[in-house]
Amino acid sequence: MFHNLAQLPRYRALIQSLVARELKARYRGSVLGFFWSFINPLTLLLIYTFVFKYVMPAAAIKGIDNYPLFMFVGLLPWTWFASSLTEASGVLISGGNLIKKVLFPAEILPIVTVTANMVHFFLALPILVVFLIYYKAPLTVGELLCFPLVVLVQFIFTLACALILSALTVHFRDIKDILSNVLTLWFFATPIIYSYLHMPETAQAFKKYLDLNPFTHLVISYQEILFFDGPFGAWKKLAVLGMASVLFFFTAYWIFDRLRDSFAEEV
Amino acid sequence: MASSTAIEVSRVSKIYRRFSHRKQFATLKSALLTRSLIKNLRPDETFTALNDVSLTVPKGRTLGVIGRNGSGKSTLLKLVAGITKPSTGTVKVDGRISALIELGAGFHPEISGRENVFINGIMLGLTKREVTQRFDEIVEFAEMKEFIDAPVKTYSSGMYMRLGFAVAIHVDPEVLLVDEVLAVGDEGFTHKCLDKFAEFKRRNKTILLVTHSLAMVERFCDEALWLDAGRIKGSGDPKRIVGAYITDVERREEQELAATDARARDTADAAIVSPDEPASAVLPDNPVETATATGDMFRAAEGRWGSREVEITDVDFVGADAEAGHVFHSGDRMDVRIRMRAPLPIDDFVVGIGIFNTEGTCCYGTNTYIEELTPESIHGDVEAVFAIEALDLIEGTYKVDVAIHKVDGYPYDYHRLLYTFRVKSRAKDVGIYRPRHSWRFLGDVRFSDPRHPRVPRPSDRDPRP
Repeated sequence: MFHNLAQLPRYRALIQSLVARELKARYRGSVLGFFWSFINPLTLLLIYTFVFKYVMPAAAIKGIDNYPLFMFVGLLPWTWFASSLTEASGVLISGGNLIKKVLFPAEILPIVTVTANMVHFFLALPILVVFLIYYKAPLTVGELLCFPLVVLVQFIFTLACALILSALTVHFRDIKDILSNVLTLWFFATPIIYSYLHMPETAQAFKKYLDLNPFTHLVISYQEILFFDGPFGAWKKLAVLGMASVLFFFTAYWIFDRLRDSFAEEV
Repeated sequence: MASSTAIEVSRVSKIYRRFSHRKQFATLKSALLTRSLIKNLRPDETFTALNDVSLTVPKGRTLGVIGRNGSGKSTLLKLVAGITKPSTGTVKVDGRISALIELGAGFHPEISGRENVFINGIMLGLTKREVTQRFDEIVEFAEMKEFIDAPVKTYSSGMYMRLGFAVAIHVDPEVLLVDEVLAVGDEGFTHKCLDKFAEFKRRNKTILLVTHSLAMVERFCDEALWLDAGRIKGSGDPKRIVGAYITDVERREEQELAATDARARDTADAAIVSPDEPASAVLPDNPVETATATGDMFRAAEGRWGSREVEITDVDFVGADAEAGHVFHSGDRMDVRIRMRAPLPIDDFVVGIGIFNTEGTCCYGTNTYIEELTPESIHGDVEAVFAIEALDLIEGTYKVDVAIHKVDGYPYDYHRLLYTFRVKSRAKDVGIYRPRHSWRFLGDVRFSDPRHPRVPRPSDRDPRP
């Protein structure tokens, strides 16, 4: 396992060009091309703004001034996570040709998926930044320095999930369908459209369950860094999650490595 | 492993597992529900693709692997390539491998040929810089200059394969693994591929070639390996191995044809046919009509009819070795041995034979009446031999009519297309029959030796050091 893991850096160039290919292929043939990476989240944000400002202002959380922007801060990393997992669950099967016919370390495929989706996440960030500045969000340099760390933790966590999912889906094809349902549930079990800090009295009992959800801490970190006033209070939990993610990644890689030999025969 | 060895496969077996039980339910949920997850992960059937195979290929040698479909050739190649792992045994390969297993595997349809060349090259182990250096050469080799910037989805399958081949061959491997990929282009491209292989050989690279083209193995490989049902059935001199393989294939065909014939006869015997039915035999008094009627005759499928006053009991094809068989070589001697029984003496009879190819064309038909043999009597168990000195037919499968009937066509026993034989030939000529022939030329006409591929002159291209 560690031998294979140590080989991975040799494939940097391949991962790089495959990610570039993913991104190019996605918008190939469309007139606006890469602009869609900006336009998609922008439209989403404008719609939310319109809906929560004019159509149903009562639905917005009290105590949060700019609810659409708050929601957007949580939604972007979630999109990265969710689409990474959805794509990763099918990536070994659709890339079966490579695994069967080319000498090719299979883990590159989920790595490329997660990385490509991260690039999409990055491409949407400028929109977010523009709105944050426009709405005078309380950004501080100290907190922003923590931002890459949150991204790193999410990357490791997402990659670990993607490795396990991609390897298991080869053997159990219906993980794909199970996953889409799990992700819906997971989305609502994560404080993205509601705020962990602004939960009503009646819902306080749920907090301890929310704490068990790793993505809760990621989202809260993003929200504290980008949206909320005050110090980055979630850093302790994030640090724990970071270490847990590293362990999780090694476990995931071990599972992947164990199943590796079956891929060429099963896909 | 000695330093002069490029590929060493020792005692390798590859067992594929089949999960027929699990495939039936095929889902995680049902596996969890029935709590049979662990049980189902165990294979309930195994298939041994390779069984205790050992081989070594010294550096600079070309090994051709032959064998019938499903004999384990491709599995062997995948093991050497490292794509799958052996179940037992070890595989060692010295040097960079390039596997021409599926050309253009990993091409992305949406992006251009240029970008795909880069990604494919990197995938096969080149660095970006190496691809840049070789890019023009690759594109030129693939004959794709004007299309290289079009998305790959617009390519024809030939273009796709050519580009894939060009990339793979320019990886400049120490060990080249080739799986039946030479049928990728027109004649010219195939020649170019062969030239490239010849160049590889000259530069002392090792090639492992899996192919069904026996001619290719004979003229191109230093050694041949014959796999049969996962085991090595023979290895060594290509001519000898290919010969042994062909003999084996013929023996199997023989068995198949014998089984087909037996089935046809069983069916024909079971069918009740009125003896009064007019025979569409090689009619003695009207041979011209016979020729025009052959189309209908073939549509009339195989069958047997007649009064059985004389019965054809057995028909054999006998070769020069006096053994009955079904597979013959073009130009060989072949006797058709017909055994008949006439319980009562009969004085009005004609023995006839017709040979048809698979299209239903009558290649030859004759009978004793046409050849002016006047019948006097036939009685008891007799044998007729229709001796063909030289079977000058082209390669293919032939069906035979055998009949005994009255001069006026009234059938005693008519066997319609019940017997099959196959003609093998090295030459892939066409037509209905092969006249004995040879070529002669006057003046300045020369031919190169077709058994050796054209070797490019050193000035044609600059071989890399």
